[in-house]
Amino acid sequence: MADTGCELIPVTTGEFLMKVMEMKAADYRLMQAHAVSIENGYELSYTFGKDYEWISLRLVIDENEEIPSITHIYDAAFLYENEMAELFGVKIKMISVDYHDKLYRMDDTTPMKTL
Amino acid sequence: MASKKSVVPFGPQHPVLPEPIHLDLVLDDERVVEAVPSIGFVHRGLESLVKKKDFKEMQYVVERTCGICSFMHGMTYCETVEHIMDVEVPVRGRYLRTIWCEMSRLHSHMLWLGLLADGFGFESLFYQCWRMREQILDMFEQSTGGRVIFSVNAPGGVLKDMPSDMLHAFVEKLNGFEQELHHIADIFLNDYTVLTRLKGVGILTPQEAHDLGACGPMLRASGIARDTRKLGYAAYGDLDFDIITSDDCDSYARCEVRIKEMYQSIALIRQAVDKIPEGDIAVPVKGNPNGEYFMRVEQPRGEAIYYAKGTGTKFLDRIRIRTPTFANIPALLKTLKGCQFSDVPLLILTIDPCISCTER
Amino acid sequence: MSKFMPFAGTMLKNLFSKPVTTAYPGQPAVYPERSRGHVDIDIAQCIMCGLCSRNCPPRAITVDRAGGTWTINRFDCVQCGYCAQVCPKKCLTIAPGYQTPGAEKKEAVYQKPTEPEKPAETKKEES
Repeated sequence: MADTGCELIPVTTGEFLMKVMEMKAADYRLMQAHAVSIENGYELSYTFGKDYEWISLRLVIDENEEIPSITHIYDAAFLYENEMAELFGVKIKMISVDYHDKLYRMDDTTPMKTL
Repeated sequence: MASKKSVVPFGPQHPVLPEPIHLDLVLDDERVVEAVPSIGFVHRGLESLVKKKDFKEMQYVVERTCGICSFMHGMTYCETVEHIMDVEVPVRGRYLRTIWCEMSRLHSHMLWLGLLADGFGFESLFYQCWRMREQILDMFEQSTGGRVIFSVNAPGGVLKDMPSDMLHAFVEKLNGFEQELHHIADIFLNDYTVLTRLKGVGILTPQEAHDLGACGPMLRASGIARDTRKLGYAAYGDLDFDIITSDDCDSYARCEVRIKEMYQSIALIRQAVDKIPEGDIAVPVKGNPNGEYFMRVEQPRGEAIYYAKGTGTKFLDRIRIRTPTFANIPALLKTLKGCQFSDVPLLILTIDPCISCTER
Repeated sequence: MSKFMPFAGTMLKNLFSKPVTTAYPGQPAVYPERSRGHVDIDIAQCIMCGLCSRNCPPRAITVDRAGGTWTINRFDCVQCGYCAQVCPKKCLTIAPGYQTPGAEKKEAVYQKPTEPEKPAETKKEES
């Protein structure tokens, strides 16, 4: 596999929260989370780091699939999740501080989602 | 629960804020109990432009993410693309990038010191800082042709070389800059009035800093030695430096860490000028990026994370920029809880906020 | 250990020294040689290939191959220098000297001379 700069671990929606909790238990910090719009769905990457080591959890979901928020495990995730929900239309439930599409002041809804 | 709480809106326009961020502060008397941030006033959608500009043009878009770390944004983007395309930048090109990076750090920290001085009401100190910063901007203009946006990066290397006499003239200028910095640093670190505003304000414990994912001087001021430059991108692998930390965890520590980093930047530029080899500054890049890459660099404000994904066309599929301020906002909210209302502007300043970068 | 009034020395020095700023309109601004101010074209050399207009990030350049004109909207130009980089004939250069402000956005049109030996190039400004 090509070098991606960061270790990628594919996870399924079912085991996703479990994996995030394992990360938390191993004292990893949340570095970033982002979404990529792919055909009929999204590719989400949650990057966790410990010292200089870093790992990304790669979650591929369908367009209408709902995923749980990780804000109750990592407080700092609320901005990343709001951004994913707002720019891409990823359906995330139970974000601790949910801006309901009011994070960025813009006219379009989900401008970065490709159909 | 006996006292009545009030909500005070803070920002997006405030004398101390160079950029718009809005906070709803829940106050109990003069003490902040809770802070709810709201950004989004300057969202420009730079990331979505990737669909319209090809990967070489995109460099000029990306470096406009921020007016302070513009060089570093451009460089990180180029390094990300270079990694995807397996391009090896010549050593001289990497050294030149390092020198410009450290000059960016110098002028960014100088700007921050000025804003901090303005934040606690020391106007003439603010002007002194910005007068000194002007020397670095002049050096940028001489070497790259721009004061704010440099346009010297391209996938494959840098576009302009710095001849040896220019490099030595810069080191000479930086020696003078260092002398002046001693005076300024003395005021920030020892003045009685300044200390009363900074000492013990906005404590962020090492555990909190780690949990909330803080980065950059914010993290190092909480005693955690983590500096992405140690990963050795550009030419940092060839240079010797120690990570600067402080154990005080307060606003004073953040100020101290940044001042010491400026001395370190000057030392790094001297080292790089001594070690810089002759040779090419760029290699031609053929083909289109196909693949994905995660990249991180240490910007003046902290660690920036870049992600790029290409599918073999000249347009990248996705570029994601995580700027340091984005990661520092949760830590800011933590320091705001329990502080005095009058310290709020100062605490916002100590994370060195760059809201335009954050929203891209 | 804290000090009282460590700034006093700097302040006194400031009172009796000349200002660091220059009196700009009276004294002209000096730009270094590499300063990226505006794009210059040597129109006689131009082959109207249109690479500059296709690669311009803000799309400020238009090339009319049939009419032989090269047009730049100087108010849209961000002086990145990418056009000069991609130009195959290297007839585009970035020179110091910024675009002066104006009341309306104007385009500068450069007409390619019809006979190659004719040295004079015509430049007219249109809105």
